[in-house]
Amino acid sequence: MPAISLDKAPQPAATKPEQIRNFCIIAHIDHGKSTLADRMLGITEVVEARNMRAQYLDRMDIERERGITIKSQAVRLPWRSGIDGQEYILNMIDTPGHVDFTYEVSRSLAACEGAVLLVDCAQGIEAQTLANLYLAMENNLTIIPVLNKIDLPNAQPEKFAAELAKLIGCEPEDCLRVSGKTGEGVAELLDQIVSQIPAPVGDANAPARALIFDSVYDSYRGVVTYVRVVDGHLSPRDQIQMFSTGVRHEMLEVGVISPEPLPSKGLGVGEVGYLITGVKDVRQSRVGDTVTTYNNPTKSPLSGYKDPKPMVFSGLYPLDGADYPALREALDKLQLNDAALVYEPESSAALGFGFRCGFLGLLHMEIVRERLERESKLNLISTAPNVVYQVTLDDGKEVRVTNPSEFPDGKIAIVREPIVKATILAPSEFIGTIMELCQERRGLLLGMDYLSEDRVEIRYTLPLAEIVFDFFDQLKSRTRGYASLDYEEKGDEEGNLVKVDILLQGEAVDAFSAVVHRDKAYAYGVMMTSKLRELIPRQQFEVPIQAAIGARIIARENIRAIRKDVLAKCYGGDISRKRKLLEKQKEGKKRMKMVGRVEVPQEAFVAALATDADIEKVKAARK
Amino acid sequence: MADLSFYVHIPYCIKRCGYCDFNTYTPSELQDGATLEIVSADYIDAVVQELKSAPKDPVSTIFFGGGTPSLLPAKDLGRVISAIREHNGLRDGAEITLEANPDSVTPEKLADYISVGFNRISFGAQSFVPHVLATLDRTHNPDNVKKAVDAARAAGFSSISVDLIYGTPGESLDDWRITVESALALDIDHISAYALIVETGTKLAAQINRGEIAMPDDDAMADMYLLVDSLCEAHGMSWYELSNWSKPGHECKHNVAYWHNANWWGLGPGAHSHMNGKRFWNVKHPSAYKTRVFAGETPIHESEVLTAEQIQDEKIMLSIRMREGISFEELAPHHLERLAIYKENGYVSLHGDSVTLTPVGRLIADRIVRELVM
Repeated sequence: MPAISLDKAPQPAATKPEQIRNFCIIAHIDHGKSTLADRMLGITEVVEARNMRAQYLDRMDIERERGITIKSQAVRLPWRSGIDGQEYILNMIDTPGHVDFTYEVSRSLAACEGAVLLVDCAQGIEAQTLANLYLAMENNLTIIPVLNKIDLPNAQPEKFAAELAKLIGCEPEDCLRVSGKTGEGVAELLDQIVSQIPAPVGDANAPARALIFDSVYDSYRGVVTYVRVVDGHLSPRDQIQMFSTGVRHEMLEVGVISPEPLPSKGLGVGEVGYLITGVKDVRQSRVGDTVTTYNNPTKSPLSGYKDPKPMVFSGLYPLDGADYPALREALDKLQLNDAALVYEPESSAALGFGFRCGFLGLLHMEIVRERLERESKLNLISTAPNVVYQVTLDDGKEVRVTNPSEFPDGKIAIVREPIVKATILAPSEFIGTIMELCQERRGLLLGMDYLSEDRVEIRYTLPLAEIVFDFFDQLKSRTRGYASLDYEEKGDEEGNLVKVDILLQGEAVDAFSAVVHRDKAYAYGVMMTSKLRELIPRQQFEVPIQAAIGARIIARENIRAIRKDVLAKCYGGDISRKRKLLEKQKEGKKRMKMVGRVEVPQEAFVAALATDADIEKVKAARK
Repeated sequence: MADLSFYVHIPYCIKRCGYCDFNTYTPSELQDGATLEIVSADYIDAVVQELKSAPKDPVSTIFFGGGTPSLLPAKDLGRVISAIREHNGLRDGAEITLEANPDSVTPEKLADYISVGFNRISFGAQSFVPHVLATLDRTHNPDNVKKAVDAARAAGFSSISVDLIYGTPGESLDDWRITVESALALDIDHISAYALIVETGTKLAAQINRGEIAMPDDDAMADMYLLVDSLCEAHGMSWYELSNWSKPGHECKHNVAYWHNANWWGLGPGAHSHMNGKRFWNVKHPSAYKTRVFAGETPIHESEVLTAEQIQDEKIMLSIRMREGISFEELAPHHLERLAIYKENGYVSLHGDSVTLTPVGRLIADRIVRELVM
């Protein structure tokens, strides 16, 4: 049997680097990474069959439901090679699979010597996988190409093996073929990991250096920090020190995940495990930082540490103003586990009190919002996402704008906006459609390559602002779901940008202000004014809705004064009925917001700002 | 002792109209293949029985509504009037109203109703335009309304009203003008005009849901209301409640009692009552009603005791619909503040020491009430 029981396997802190293989799995959502991981846990017998459950390593409900990994996991798997019969320790580092978490992915990759490139052989490689593959290749990782789901009737292993071979420069027959579902080929894959991926190399006698590749808040234990030891040794008796901050922490526990936490006597060169120090906030134990010991600190940190920078901003407001303190509490709690989340209080004349939040990207934003709503039972409105603008005024003053309503009026010399390099993979029949979309979004074609006869990689630079709007939805719908997208930051560029305000009865509604390209200002104005005309009920006076750039009106709609709001009959039994209706409406009135003298139902704000999914959610909450 | 009003519900119709969701039944709905005589045989007994549990205050108005009260012979309805006279006593000049279908009356029947005590009659005319009547599922010939009104006058009714409905799918403003002018050309004293409400579960609602017909929009409804108001006023009938116009002295006293929150008692299934800040209502189905009453049990299904706030809300809700409006005494300073903008925009006006609605204001009365009671 290739599995080795845990007590007989090489023990943490006593495992020679030659026996260790550190690898990660690079895969797109739905390509079967979690199922393959489950299968590896089963086949190495670290999880007994009776304790097995689907997506074992995904801890959060959101992860299971969406099939994505948000936080990394690192599992120690003992394995006896079927090739040489020797005992090995395989550390599987499960990486987040989304562009928003590219930095975290890069740190996970930096903790490994090899990567399993897992591709669904009914779908082929996707843009995000490709991006992570390139990242892995840049990190000099050994890549093992694996085609998954070979049990599917529509599998095309030959086609996608050729595609993978071309991408990584191997032969198509080098691609392993597995089925996470049936387990076919998984033992062979483990053997190949042992034989192809190099063992870690480090200096056991040097001052300790360990890379933090993840950091998770646990309400019982405080922050659990996941590390890969590069040099030296960490033991339970050590006091440790974070290189970036110089702060010293007591070591309360050190151990490995197998796949439940298991305290150990320490971690040696090449080993992967966890540390618990009693720290209560992940910001004190940041991904990418170097852990060393206080008594014998290293002088040279591991490279690549950086602070995550929020790229996308949005205002989050409680639907019920009374929930503001609860929202603050929920954000504080979430931040313990999410070093990338930033927020500060803001108030909106239209939406009341809320927070301007900064996110790594759209998925990060969605996840944060979903966790706030789910874990703290809050109903939230979010304003349309926007990017950060650097505005230089005529007098040379620089302003950083994270909220469109704070975009300065007039006297603007230069506006700079963030730019990304986007990679789109799609069947070649959609080239025209995709180029059209990118053109509409101010894209600049960088290049195009055929991955195979009928699949193409298209590269564009695009303003990030154009992507955060509804680019991804558009891309998906115009390519019938076949295209995939990835992007990376490429600095900022000057843009011909203006702020469009939306005025209700002459009064600007802050929540609806947007910064858009000058050529699109008119379209935005028309879209927003006509949308609001549909959403805002008629009032006792006529209400003009205008879109304006500064003082110049670019679009206008009118909500005509209401003519009829009365029930004609009011006899006997009608009286109770009517009064009860009135009592219900009294409740509803509390959900109305006043913008000047105009009554705007909460629903109108939600519908004007939100995606269709949000509107459904609000409707469901009302039921 | 405060006066009492009685409402007597007659829950029978020969056929159900497509827009109607009232508590009324055709004979075959109640009993397979039965005639009206069979299903209503002991109904008056039940009503007279229920009357015994009502208070004994003197009565100034009785209103027979339905359903179609004119389906029952005068001697049956007369038994109820006699029983009330015995149980409570009737004030001099008490108003006793019969709701009638123009098709179900004859000069002889009308004379019989007069002889048992009725003095006011209200005809459900709804429209004088054939295609509108057809959409409403009404069967009568518009000419019958004139015959019925003339016969009622000849029989001795001292106050005659017609009910009209506007805003029927397919009804134009000109159709509505024909209806109102036709009604005003008759020898009548009172008009009630109601905007058609599509009640869920009706045949009309189903037709609209299927997209076969469409309701006119609120602007068209508003124009129709303003038209009936101006035509009535020009004809010497002034509005005295949002949906009611009359010649001087011909206001419906029974309905005015509702709007003044007087005490009134509803006899019959589903009928509502109001006594001194308490509202209660009977079980809805005629069979359940009869069973309870004959078993000596109360037919009251539910009741509510109004809080001070609810009484205040109802007062504003009801009095704003009337010509007299709301007197300043009833209003707090914040009410007046909120009304200021409505005055500025021509929806309300000040008369003496009260606030009244202008014609356009009446069209948004519910909104103004909401504003006041929030």
